[in-house]
Amino acid sequence: MTHAPTHPNANVFRGNTVQHAASTLVQDQKFLQRRKPFQTFMFMLFRASVVLNALALAVICGFVLFYGLPAVNWEFLTAHPRDAMTAGGIFPCILGTIALSYGSMLIALPWGVCTAIYLHEYARPGPFVHAMRLAINNLAGVPSVVFGLFGLAFFVTLMQMGVSLLAGMFTLAALILPLIIGASEEALRSVSQTYREASLALGATKWQTLAKVVLPAATPGILTGAILGIGRAAGETAAIMFTAAMFFSPKLPGSVFDSVMALPYHIYVLATAGIDIEKTRPLQYGTALVLIVLVLGMNLLAIIIRARLQRKLR
Amino acid sequence: MITLSRRKKDTIIAGAFQTSAGLCIIVLFLIMIFLFVEGLPLLNVVPPLDFLFGTAWYPTDDPADFGILPMIAGSLAVTGLSSVIAIPLGLMTAVYLSEIASPRMRSVVKPLVEMLQALPSVVIGFFGMVVVAPFLQQTFGLATGLNLTNAAIMLAFMAVPTITSISEDAIYSVPNELREASLALGATRWQTISRVVLPASLPGISTAVILGMSRSIGETMVVLMVAGGAAMIPGSLFDPVRPMPASIAAEMAEAPFKSDHYHALFATGMVLFIFTLMFNILAAWIAEKKKQVGVSTL
Repeated sequence: MTHAPTHPNANVFRGNTVQHAASTLVQDQKFLQRRKPFQTFMFMLFRASVVLNALALAVICGFVLFYGLPAVNWEFLTAHPRDAMTAGGIFPCILGTIALSYGSMLIALPWGVCTAIYLHEYARPGPFVHAMRLAINNLAGVPSVVFGLFGLAFFVTLMQMGVSLLAGMFTLAALILPLIIGASEEALRSVSQTYREASLALGATKWQTLAKVVLPAATPGILTGAILGIGRAAGETAAIMFTAAMFFSPKLPGSVFDSVMALPYHIYVLATAGIDIEKTRPLQYGTALVLIVLVLGMNLLAIIIRARLQRKLR
Repeated sequence: MITLSRRKKDTIIAGAFQTSAGLCIIVLFLIMIFLFVEGLPLLNVVPPLDFLFGTAWYPTDDPADFGILPMIAGSLAVTGLSSVIAIPLGLMTAVYLSEIASPRMRSVVKPLVEMLQALPSVVIGFFGMVVVAPFLQQTFGLATGLNLTNAAIMLAFMAVPTITSISEDAIYSVPNELREASLALGATRWQTISRVVLPASLPGISTAVILGMSRSIGETMVVLMVAGGAAMIPGSLFDPVRPMPASIAAEMAEAPFKSDHYHALFATGMVLFIFTLMFNILAAWIAEKKKQVGVSTL
């Protein structure tokens, strides 16, 4: 471009380029100016979606609390249903739900923890472990009503448990097993490898290391999973419909071979097939409130334990 | 001597752990076996294609009709519609949690999503029956508020936590170098999110979406209580439907033991199980084949 200054059209050329640059600059600026409000708009949308979720939770809980609270009193919590389920309390349901959820945990916890120990501490990557993980993932995705069908065909019919607390406990145990395995594995993973190495270096065997070093360190995490599992089992309806639950029982279950009343099933029956659906609304609200308090209380407990744990780890 | 017995003990215990792990596979197999054992006898009565594509479901008539196409259509319609609501909602919440929220907001919103996940389905169904149904009925002047739309809305809020938590993990694990590079080039945070972070976490997000849909299609209590229960192929958004889980749960109590009706319900469970199995295997396949990109692979 050494000859450019002498070119007669040089100024025109230069003028054009400058003009062109200026116009793209204006465009760029417009674009830059526009993209900031667009980002603000999008971020508002994201916040709105969170608010919507929070609102859904708040509305459902608030609604159950608002209508349920007047129905809940000492008699409601401690008495049996009366007058063909249109009055009285829900004591047998509370007891049944607690028995079902804790009973299923009694089965699923040792089983799930052992499986997690195998997967995390013993297993070498290979086809067996691959198949295991696939099976556990798929087990987690099986619909709860299919668990109910399985429980009906296997525990109730083939194992001759009948529609009973025991059959319900086993069915629910299979349902919460993947959750327990996942939580336990997570807990084992968070135990520092140096703990294991230190113990092994002192001459401990693998089992001694596990029992005396790794498991104590992982206990709070496993406990969190167990609490979440109990909450899940307590709220489950479809899996116990054909395996454990009954609509009305004049007396409390005497053994694990008796069928039980349960809170979620009680709500379902009262709300859809009760004798007088409108008249028993207060009972339905009250039962829903008790169930929500039970389940969300469990979850809150787990969340608090985990938050403590994370603070300690940090 | 002591060392030997210690070692022996170790071997035995390792074997015990392996056995308990193996039992998990057996449970899944047992579920499959018993669904098939109780479901397949129906195919002696009804040919498979008539069962899958028959449009009439009159299990108590004589002769009975066992066609589950209306249930399959109901399940797909409810799942599809709820996904339309749940996918954007769940994804946006996930992006908010991992990209926008301050640590403090995160520690508030995350438990909130978990609580939403923990809500018992029967309570959500109850809410749909008592609050959403009358609202829909009055607002749109419908014959019944228990319909496809109601069920889809309720299901959406059950799928959102699944979608949010899994896709949040995926977005969170996008290496920070990618974000920094994009921001250093002058991109805004939104441009970084939409053109760098989201594409990089797409496999994880797809897994999340599929698992969310799998949860919707298998959910029972909500569709049992609010979907309306009419065994017909839906023609509009406000038609009552009867998805597969609802059909099983509603009729199992009245189906005589080992009758054709009983076997038909197990066969419906079989179809439902195969649907969710396909969703889950697809999700696992995506998660495995399309491992999330790290910095070094870019």
